[in-house]
Amino acid sequence: MADRPYISVQHLKTYFDVTRSLFEKRQIVKAVDDVSLDIWPGETLGLVGESGCGKSSLGRTIVMINKPTAGRILVQGEDVTALRGEALKRFRRDVQMIFQDPYASLNPRMTVGEIIREPMDIHRISEPEARDARVVELLRIVGLKPDHIRRYPHEFSGGQRQRISIARTLALNPRFIICDEPISALDVSIQAQIINLLKNVQREMGIAYLFIAHDIGMVKHISDRIGVMYLGHLVELGTSDDVYFKPLHPYTRALLSAIPIPDPVAGKARRRMMLEGELPTPLNPPPGCPFRQRCPQASPRCGETMPELREIGGHWVACHNVEG
Amino acid sequence: MEDIYRKYLADPGALQTLRASEIPDQLFEKLDDSEKDSEFVAMASKTYFQDAWCRFRRNRMALIGLIFIALMILAAIVIPVLSPYTYDGQDMLMRNAPSSWAHPFGTDKFGRDILVRCMYGARISLSVGFAAALLNLVIGVVYGGICGFIGGRFDLVLMRIVDILYSVPTLLYVILIMLVFGANIFSVLLAICVSSWVGMARQVRAQVLSLKEQEFAQAAYVIGASKPRILFKHLVVNCMGPIIVNTTLMVPDAIFTEAFLAFVGIGISIPMASWGTMANDARSLLMSYPMQMVWPVAAICLTMLSLHFIGDGLSEALDPRKR
Repeated sequence: MADRPYISVQHLKTYFDVTRSLFEKRQIVKAVDDVSLDIWPGETLGLVGESGCGKSSLGRTIVMINKPTAGRILVQGEDVTALRGEALKRFRRDVQMIFQDPYASLNPRMTVGEIIREPMDIHRISEPEARDARVVELLRIVGLKPDHIRRYPHEFSGGQRQRISIARTLALNPRFIICDEPISALDVSIQAQIINLLKNVQREMGIAYLFIAHDIGMVKHISDRIGVMYLGHLVELGTSDDVYFKPLHPYTRALLSAIPIPDPVAGKARRRMMLEGELPTPLNPPPGCPFRQRCPQASPRCGETMPELREIGGHWVACHNVEG
Repeated sequence: MEDIYRKYLADPGALQTLRASEIPDQLFEKLDDSEKDSEFVAMASKTYFQDAWCRFRRNRMALIGLIFIALMILAAIVIPVLSPYTYDGQDMLMRNAPSSWAHPFGTDKFGRDILVRCMYGARISLSVGFAAALLNLVIGVVYGGICGFIGGRFDLVLMRIVDILYSVPTLLYVILIMLVFGANIFSVLLAICVSSWVGMARQVRAQVLSLKEQEFAQAAYVIGASKPRILFKHLVVNCMGPIIVNTTLMVPDAIFTEAFLAFVGIGISIPMASWGTMANDARSLLMSYPMQMVWPVAAICLTMLSLHFIGDGLSEALDPRKR
C-alpha cells in the first residue's frame, strides 16, 4: 500500500440553506456534518446508510457538485476545495463519478460514441483521430460492441446504459471514482455483472472507489473497508470483515439484522433488532448523539454530548456506550 | 430410429410432438456462420429528427400546411419577377377590374394588379414573420437559458424585468417605436420583437431549470464541461421540441400583428403592399367590389392556418409524451 491516502476528507461539512423566502427563519439542512475519512490508492471504501443519511451528498461534495461549507478535501496532499478554472479541470481528470440512475445520467440527444468521446474532447486527450479508436476500446472494456457507437441511449437496457456511463468515466483514466449507488436502479441479475465489471476495471487500472450503496451485503462483497453513515455523521468505519461480522455501533447492528436470510429456519432463530421511529429530520437537530432517540442502549450521556469517532483496535466507532 | 426418420420424411410436422432427445442426430442440420451475425443486422438507428419527421409526415393537415407555405414562398419569390406588372404601377383604364387572364385576382381602385400586390404582401408578411421568429428564438433561448442555468437571485431579477416588459401593452410600444424610427419594415419588426420573445424566454427558462437537476447535466459538469457547453450542448438541445414549436407558432403571430398594424394604418407605408394595407384599401369598396377584400384576407387566413397546422404537427411529432 502507498505511504499516504489518495484522498483525505477532513472535517467535511455540507450544509444546505433551505430557507424558502427572505422573511422566514433561516433553515439549514446539515447533509454532511463533520465527516473525516481516507481512501487509499486502489482500495474500495464502501459507504452505507439509509436514504437521506448524507452518503450521496458526501460523494457529490467530493466531486465538487456541491460546495463544502467547511473542511478540506486533500487529493495527494493538495486541498482541492478552492480549485477554480484549469486546476479544477485537471482535478476532474483524476476524480470521477458514476451516477445512480442510468436512465437519467446519459444525454438522450447524444449518441453513445459522442457521450464517451466528450470527456476526451473537453480535456484534449490524445489526437482527435485517435479518440474514436479509444471509444471503441472503451466499449470493448465495458462489454459493449463497437457497432453500438452510433446508437442512442434509449436503445439500451439499464445495465447497458450503466456500462456506457462507466465507459464515459474511464475515458479520462481517473485514479478515483465515486460510485453513487451505481446498481440500485438495476435488476439483481444485472447488478452482479456491473459489480464484476467495476472490480475487473479496478484490478486492471488500480482505481480507488468510494462505493455508495444502501445494501450492506453488496457493499461487503466489493469493499475493503466499510463506513456507516447516520444523519450526516460517520458513525462507524472499519475493514469490511470487522464491520460486517463484529459491528460495534448499535445502528450498524440494526442495519445488519435487517438483511434477509434465505434460510427460513435460521431466519426465525435470529433475534432481529427492530428500530423504533423514523429517521429524524436533519433540520436543526438537537445536541447529543443523533441516533439516541432510536437507540436501544441510549444513556443520559448520549443526550448531552456528541460522541466522537474513536479507534478501537483499527476499528472506528462513534458511540459512548462501546467499551474500548 | 429408422422409424422416426421415415415418419419425418412422410410428415415433417409430426416431429413437433417429439422431445429433443428423441430426434435422431442425422436430422439436425448445420447452420452457416451468418446466423451468428443476426444480432448485428439491426435496424439503422434513427436520430431524433428522423424519428420526428416520420411522425410529422403522418399528420396530413400539417403536411398540407407545409406544402401550402412552401408554395406561398415560391410564388412570393417568382410571381413578382415574372409578372409584367409592379406593385405600384397604376393603370387608370383598368380600375376595379374583375378577375381575368391578364389580372387573375383583378385590379384595385388605382388599376394595380392585385395578384402581384398580394405576392409583394406575402414577401413582407413572410419575411416579417420568419425574421421575428428567428429573433425571438435567439433572444428568448439565450436569455431564458442563462436565467434558468444561473438561477438564484440573478434569475429572480432578470425574470422580473421580463414581467415588466410583458405587462406593457404591445400597441403602446408599437406606436412609440413608429414615432421614433418612422414607419418601415424594421420598426414593425422591432415592435413585434420587443415583447414577444418573453414567452420563449419563460419557456426555455422553465425547461432549463428542471433539466439542470438531471443527472446527465451533473455528469457533464463532473467530466469538466464548461458552463456554455453544458447549457447549449446538453440542456438547450434537450428542450429543442418546445423551442421549435414555439418558434413555428411565433411566425403566424408576427404575421397577424403586422397585418393588424397595417390595417389600422401604423405599419408599412403606401404605396408598399402588405396584406393588411390591401385589406384596408378594399374596405371602402367592400359593398361594390367585395373580391378585393377576399384576396388579402384569404392570404392571411390560409397562411396563418397552415402555420398553425405545422406548429401542431411539430408539437405532436417532437413531444415524446404524445408518442
